[in-house]
Amino acid sequence: MARAVTTQRKIVFTALAWIIGLAIFFPILWTILTSFKTEATAIADPPVFFNFDWTLENYRVVQERSDYMRYLWNSVALAVGSTLLGIIIAVPAAWSMAFVPAKRTKDILMWMLSTKMLPAVGVLYPIRLILINMGLLDSKTALIFILMMINLPIIIWMLYTYFREIPGEILEAARMDGATLKDEILYVLTPMAIPGIASTVLLNIILAWNEAFWTLTLTTVNAAPLTAFIASYSSPEGLFYAKLSAASTMAIAPILILGWFSQKQLVRGLTFGAVK
Amino acid sequence: MATQHSRSAARLMMTPAVFLLLVWMLVPLIMTLWFSTLDYRPMRGTFDCCEGLANYTRFITSSAFLDSVITTLQLLGGVLLITIVGGILLAILLDQPIWGQGIVRILVIAPFFVMPTVSALVWKNMFMNPVNGLFAHLFKGLGLEPIDWLSQAPMFSIILIVSWQWLPFATLILLTAIQSLDSEQLEAAEMDGAGPLSRFGYITLPHLARSITVVVLIQTIFLLSIFAEIYVTTGGAFGTRTLTYLVYQRVIESQNVGLGSAGGIYAVILANLVALVLMRVVGKNLDA
Repeated sequence: MARAVTTQRKIVFTALAWIIGLAIFFPILWTILTSFKTEATAIADPPVFFNFDWTLENYRVVQERSDYMRYLWNSVALAVGSTLLGIIIAVPAAWSMAFVPAKRTKDILMWMLSTKMLPAVGVLYPIRLILINMGLLDSKTALIFILMMINLPIIIWMLYTYFREIPGEILEAARMDGATLKDEILYVLTPMAIPGIASTVLLNIILAWNEAFWTLTLTTVNAAPLTAFIASYSSPEGLFYAKLSAASTMAIAPILILGWFSQKQLVRGLTFGAVK
Repeated sequence: MATQHSRSAARLMMTPAVFLLLVWMLVPLIMTLWFSTLDYRPMRGTFDCCEGLANYTRFITSSAFLDSVITTLQLLGGVLLITIVGGILLAILLDQPIWGQGIVRILVIAPFFVMPTVSALVWKNMFMNPVNGLFAHLFKGLGLEPIDWLSQAPMFSIILIVSWQWLPFATLILLTAIQSLDSEQLEAAEMDGAGPLSRFGYITLPHLARSITVVVLIQTIFLLSIFAEIYVTTGGAFGTRTLTYLVYQRVIESQNVGLGSAGGIYAVILANLVALVLMRVVGKNLDA
């Protein structure tokens, strides 16, 4: 028997859900709106919502003053670079754990996850020292490597849960037909694994993009991504709401859109397949 | 069946990942352990050996230590409580038949994708600023005295900001779990005369147990090392200094590496204590 739902009940729940949804989204909406205002309108009391003279001035000023494009490029390079590097290292490892499990596979996976729990601050100084000695402080190369390392356990876990869903019988059938290990990986596994790899890539780009400990503590100018670009607006002299909003909007827009598209994968990926 | 050949190939393929993680974990940790036994203050050029456990004693006996542990646990507990209770309620609401469910869902999960520095700055300036913030406007509109949120209610404010960032995550995962609940069970219980509360307590909540564990585990991993939200809002002032932030201040701001490293080791121990408990529970859950 289908649950009888009265229209009245549906209206109440719809209204409630929309009110809460809009309240949660409001800070983002307000930031986007403010980015199109003049500085005077931005702090007007009572606040102005839609009826103001929309301007693109803030975006122009932010780009000119703080060279947004350079930070954006750094963010893209760090997020994409660290994710791809991570994938290259993680795919073989996840593949072997999923298809040739040994007695200790579960322990190794748990150990990998536990490295994620080491507080970064505990090892900040040694890492800084190593980078300084290697002349790599404030370099993209070093940060790509570090971001890759902090996300590697998550990448391996995600790929592992995806790979495990590929039925082993298919591999056996391929082997019976005389496929070598190389054929097996190239022509059988890869096509089936591509959706899993794609969502892993997507999620880790989001995580790397928003990472704000190493990117804040290990960069100054050259390698600084958008997290640092925004943090520079926290000093009092940089406090202009409309420009802050424009800068914020530019920093979050790419990843917000990417995130909305990958919300389904987010659940599986970030829970290591424990919730489907 | 896996052959001997594929077994050794598999081991070979795992090597780079295992090796890198091992190095990444051990080298800085051993260096930190070593530094923690030194009187090491780079700005003054001190690098004296063999302090023994002096740094550890000094770090743990300073009044800042206990406060920072309490602050860390307050932040963790506050955010977990808000996000899980809020997440369950929101998930139940979004599971109801409503118009525009997809759009509401997109609105609700949006904060998760906002980078921590942006959300901290937007909240700090545009909402919590005592003069120009929206809350101040709202309070004045109601005839109340505006509050300087970050100095008068600093922990509450930071918990609010961090909860805003993590509520979407909890909601999304709990919603996915609720949607996998067999609705016939609920109907059967309703026919047997179970009220909404007992239906929730005896059917929905047990069904969610596993997802709640997962949410707690993952959020804890990220919350213990929260940094940007404090760095941008209060800079550790007004009693918002977590253990992570205290160590950061010792090492980077006051350049006392020996003392800070001892603090770092305490942070590692705290994280491991929490992790140990969580791994037991979640490890069991993931096996099933």
